[in-house]
Amino acid sequence: MSSPERADVIVIGSGFGGAIAAYHLAAGGAKVVVLERGPWVKTDEFEHDFLLGSSYTRVFDFVVGDGMSLLGGNCVGGGSVVYFATMPRAPRFVFERKGSIGRRMWPAAIDRDSLEPWYDRVAEALPVRRQGWDVVTYSGGVFAAACDHAGRTANPAPTAIDNDLCTNCNWMMSGCRFDAKRSLLLNYLPAAVAHGAQIRPLHEVQYLSRTDDGGYQVHYNVIDEEDYRVTAGSGTLEAKIVVMAAGAGATPVILQRSEPHLGEMPHAVGRYFSGNGERLNTAVLNEDKVAEVLGLSRPDGPAYGASQIGKGPCVASWDNLDGSLPEYDRFSLEQLYFPPGLGTILAQTPTADGRTWFGPEKKEMLRRWQSWLTIFTMSEDDNEGVFGPPPATGNSVRISQQMLGRGNLGYVPTANTLHGWEISDAEAKRVMEKDGLATVLPWTNDLVGAYTVHPLASCRIGDDPGTSALDDRHELRGHPGVFVTDGSAVPGALTVNPALTIAALAERSIPGIVRALRDRGVDVGYGAPAPDGDTAARDAVLPLVRDLVRE
Amino acid sequence: MTDDAAPDGDDTTTLTLEAFADTIVPGEKRGPDDVAIAGAAPGPGAVQAGALELLGMFAPGISEALDGYAQGVNEHALGYARERGLDLDAALPPFVALSYADRAALVRTLTTPGHPEKDFWVLLALFCNMAYDTAAHMHTTDALAAGHPGLTAMGFMPPDADGLWRFGAFSYGRELASIHPDTTSTGSPS
Repeated sequence: MSSPERADVIVIGSGFGGAIAAYHLAAGGAKVVVLERGPWVKTDEFEHDFLLGSSYTRVFDFVVGDGMSLLGGNCVGGGSVVYFATMPRAPRFVFERKGSIGRRMWPAAIDRDSLEPWYDRVAEALPVRRQGWDVVTYSGGVFAAACDHAGRTANPAPTAIDNDLCTNCNWMMSGCRFDAKRSLLLNYLPAAVAHGAQIRPLHEVQYLSRTDDGGYQVHYNVIDEEDYRVTAGSGTLEAKIVVMAAGAGATPVILQRSEPHLGEMPHAVGRYFSGNGERLNTAVLNEDKVAEVLGLSRPDGPAYGASQIGKGPCVASWDNLDGSLPEYDRFSLEQLYFPPGLGTILAQTPTADGRTWFGPEKKEMLRRWQSWLTIFTMSEDDNEGVFGPPPATGNSVRISQQMLGRGNLGYVPTANTLHGWEISDAEAKRVMEKDGLATVLPWTNDLVGAYTVHPLASCRIGDDPGTSALDDRHELRGHPGVFVTDGSAVPGALTVNPALTIAALAERSIPGIVRALRDRGVDVGYGAPAPDGDTAARDAVLPLVRDLVRE
Repeated sequence: MTDDAAPDGDDTTTLTLEAFADTIVPGEKRGPDDVAIAGAAPGPGAVQAGALELLGMFAPGISEALDGYAQGVNEHALGYARERGLDLDAALPPFVALSYADRAALVRTLTTPGHPEKDFWVLLALFCNMAYDTAAHMHTTDALAAGHPGLTAMGFMPPDADGLWRFGAFSYGRELASIHPDTTSTGSPS
């Protein structure tokens, strides 16, 4: 029997947490292998097509749980391929949150100020840019105007989109065909490959075990490229260090499955899951009122009627992100787009005796689909999600060939979470229904539970071993050499889109992983520039990690 | 079913699943003898949009369960009718024999939290819905070219000649609200 292939570092997952680690560690001199459960889809393969089996279903993972369903990436580039590239920094008060544990849940070492240099690194790398009103879409514009009419402010949200290339096709959840969305396929990942990192798509990690010399074995299945329910092979790799970045819906499941091999996991593995307090409302706009009340018009058509046009969310309203408000009273409202299918079935419409998600009234609502405006709430939930026993493989029992599975996450919203949803629903209704602008109802939670596109905190950092699985350097407690750098490491809901914070935390974790590699005899340094060679943000963090820089 | 007039197994499955799809996105009858479609809404619905074709595809993962789905909802329909003293036409599968209002009430029961089979029925409803509002059984460009009932009714705009979507006009192009006073230089909340 031949000995298993060895690397210095195995990175599990290729979204923000994985790509950032792969780039810096490979650039620093480590032998890096990235295992990604999904396919490697190239730009010209990103299709504008709802047909099952097109890139839309290849790159997504939709896992239905008990009380919460998760939508996430399933491809090389992970969430960055399917996201809307909305990249605000988390407000200052978020880092002071106490949440369900009654004391500050973030590590003492991290607050907004200390994270800024790491935010800057990501912002330089992607890049992330502040946006002007000239690139705000009709849907963002009508939301902004409605906010203004209701006495609120509204901001063009910072994004990682190249506006010169963007066609406002609104197919960005299928992957960007025009390379306008600055996904990881355009920066960290090609740079990692240029430095020798290997990326292996359709490799789904099942569990970890130990090697005799203190390292780790990573056990994976090879997934069929068309039918993800089919296992096409399996194998094992060995490494001194494992970086886990399979996403908040998968990282804890892999660790749960590893427990018989590695020994007891920290209590917080698979607990304290947060859905980022997310909630969706659909407003169906009255086109005449949009013109009359908001004074908006388009040259050739209705005053709005542009649900299909755009690039996801462009405008956010942050008036309720006020640190002086009590916890659970703070939330942001953001204009959003969801394509038909997952974005339509859960929408509700009024009936004579209540509301419904199907039937004649819903069909009539669909007839007005171009007048829909989705309002997205990100609030403060209570980290009440808990993962049950892991499924046999992967992070769910896969139902369909692609995309759809049944997972073991349980989520029973607490009164605090329900309060946040209730007050944000009320505010969305107040803003959008003022003077007859629209009819607004929240999405039903009856079918697939609550719904998050930003799963977080299922294996989180913290100072308290009882309520955090990772220390403040992202190392798994009791399992030296295992680091977690994805959204599962974020302690709790952020009240804004989390991708930039996930990425900034990953950037911040790299020096600690470099140190761990050095401690294990690997000749590796820290200090790579941004993937395109920019150095300003790199130079700003070097004083923080001076002893790790290779002279 | 033992009645000689009852449809055979394949027909029962088809009629029943059509009736289920028609409950999710109702449409007008295809003809005077159409019993599967209840005729609860004007214009074509999920059935005309291709629900049965989508359910029969391999990709959704339920094609081998369709007979079970039909059998299951018909059993539930019998129970529903018995509880309410409804007299069903024995020549039809029980679910098909229900009125639209009763079909809808039963579907609501089956898909409400707490029902032991909820996940099973939500899955079927999801794919019936997708046949109408997504045409997930067709290339989207083909669906639009063919005048797919759902995408057409929704006003889904067509692509450029190369099959890709681009919208040159996309913005009102002007400031429409005051930005938050505490916005930082990066455009983020403070």
